[in-house]
Amino acid sequence: MLTFLTIDPAAVDWARAQFALTAAYHWLFVPLTLGLAIIMAIAETIYYRTGDVFWRRTSQFWQRLFGINFAMGVATGIILEFEFGTNWSNYSWFVGDIFGAPLAIEGIVAFFMESTFVAVMYFGWEKVSKGFHLASTWLTGLGATISAWWILVANSWMQYPVGCEFNPDTMRNEMVSFWEVAFSPYAVDKFLHTVISTWIVGAVFVVAVSAWYLLKRRESERRMALESIKIAAIVGLVASVGAAITGDESAYKVAEVQPMKLAAMEALYNGGNDVSLTGVAWVNPFKQPNYKEEEEAPLRLAVPYGLSILATRSLHGYVPGVNDILKGYTREDGTVEPSAAEKMERGRLAIQAMADYRKAKAEGNEPVAEESKAVLLENFKYFGYGYIRDEAELVPYIPINFWAFRIMVGLGTLFILYFIYILFLWWKKGRKLAPASSSDEETSPYPRWLLIAAIILLPCAYICSESGWLVAEFGRQPWTIQDMLPVGASISDIGSSAVATTFWIFLFLFTTMLVVEINIMLKQIKKGV
Amino acid sequence: MLMRTDSFLYRAFHLYYDGFRSMTLGRTLWLIIGIKLFIMFAILKLFFFPNFLHQHAAKGGEAEFVATELTERMTNGETTE
Repeated sequence: MLTFLTIDPAAVDWARAQFALTAAYHWLFVPLTLGLAIIMAIAETIYYRTGDVFWRRTSQFWQRLFGINFAMGVATGIILEFEFGTNWSNYSWFVGDIFGAPLAIEGIVAFFMESTFVAVMYFGWEKVSKGFHLASTWLTGLGATISAWWILVANSWMQYPVGCEFNPDTMRNEMVSFWEVAFSPYAVDKFLHTVISTWIVGAVFVVAVSAWYLLKRRESERRMALESIKIAAIVGLVASVGAAITGDESAYKVAEVQPMKLAAMEALYNGGNDVSLTGVAWVNPFKQPNYKEEEEAPLRLAVPYGLSILATRSLHGYVPGVNDILKGYTREDGTVEPSAAEKMERGRLAIQAMADYRKAKAEGNEPVAEESKAVLLENFKYFGYGYIRDEAELVPYIPINFWAFRIMVGLGTLFILYFIYILFLWWKKGRKLAPASSSDEETSPYPRWLLIAAIILLPCAYICSESGWLVAEFGRQPWTIQDMLPVGASISDIGSSAVATTFWIFLFLFTTMLVVEINIMLKQIKKGV
Repeated sequence: MLMRTDSFLYRAFHLYYDGFRSMTLGRTLWLIIGIKLFIMFAILKLFFFPNFLHQHAAKGGEAEFVATELTERMTNGETTE
């Protein structure tokens, strides 16, 4: 019997849009939670060491803002799990315990660590020792970071599935090495890059709020603003340099395991040796380029050898472009990567072998079952390609990847310069200021334009952070699990109208929540220390 | 039997009890968390996000259901039935 993809294609688009919307909103809260945790903990550490109550008030102020953000963000991630069960049921079943274990650990750690130490942090100022309180503040941040670790482990496995074996009897991937899943190089890079980048958001937020106090000449908050800017700028500089280093390592890993994502990020249609790194080029943001016909994106300015160095750590390293990946190519180490057509053929063989295996098993025909299982395992690496109808589906939407990557890198570089400049001004002028000085000239070492820029840069920090996720997630299309399961096979057989309805409900709910958060946050900031 | 006031459990209980009683901003935040959880679990989960497999596959038959789904979605593939 000849069978075709029967699901409603619009349902795939709506389900993806809904997941993207939920994840993007969730990610508005997470980076500030992780980033602010560091800064409030540093402020409290200074209080612990000096005994100066100013630092206690400073720490408490940032903890209040942390609490508002934490309360707004808490449980927004659970909605993603609802979506897995309803919209992505094939995927949910197929990933099996690979996803279940990290998410269960995340749930337990988040609940126990955060409920215990957040409570001590807020309620324990007069009830526990200074040392225990300080430890609780750090552990609150650590608990949130450990939660992020497990979520990122689950996400990394989808990008680079390791440590598992597919069981055609249960139709699930079964974990064979917890270590490989939890500490895969992809997961480690992703964790470091993601978590460090959240510190940038926290630092930019603290500088922005502090800048507002300085602009408003709020005397009672002046010292807190100046000292907080100093701490935030140090954290921000360390984080933005760290994000650049870990980002480079992430890109190297992407080149190795997701070459199509790298080709899309770079709009590299035809690869080769000695490949330059694109600085800017004209890639129409609203149209997939004609990568088959165009030699390269127009108006391209590039750094010679840059991409070869980034992707292979060698000046002359070979980097495949979109067309090379579709046609098949030979890697630097000599291994041959088959063409898309061959992978699609082998994917169909694997799926057919899976069906044959299950049928033979049900009929008790062991020899056929064994033979089919051997074919399945031999071709399982390309299982997901069996669902691909046209090789063009294997190319992610290049404009989003290309521009989101440049926005992320561009803003990240800007933040490095921004924090260096703030620290330079503090070193040059700020350290000479007496804390109680009140004349306008001496109120702040930072010029007015920089304080205004600090406020404007706050949304840019979020744009930078979200852009990173756009690259990570759009770049792996069409896959939910790299090479193993595309979105069209992962989705439940549901109608698009049902998903569209909940998409609009979420948009309304999340926007309301965001407005409420910003409102409470602004009131609290206006209230001051 | 009365709990000793210097015991760990007593102090832990009072940490939470006094903390919740003296909340100001926290009350608003807890109210928002409560409303949010109610909307999520009592409305969204209940009415909009049923477990698809529980609804469409027999208990214990999830693997068969997913196998059929994944086989039938193969493009241009001839399945043997």
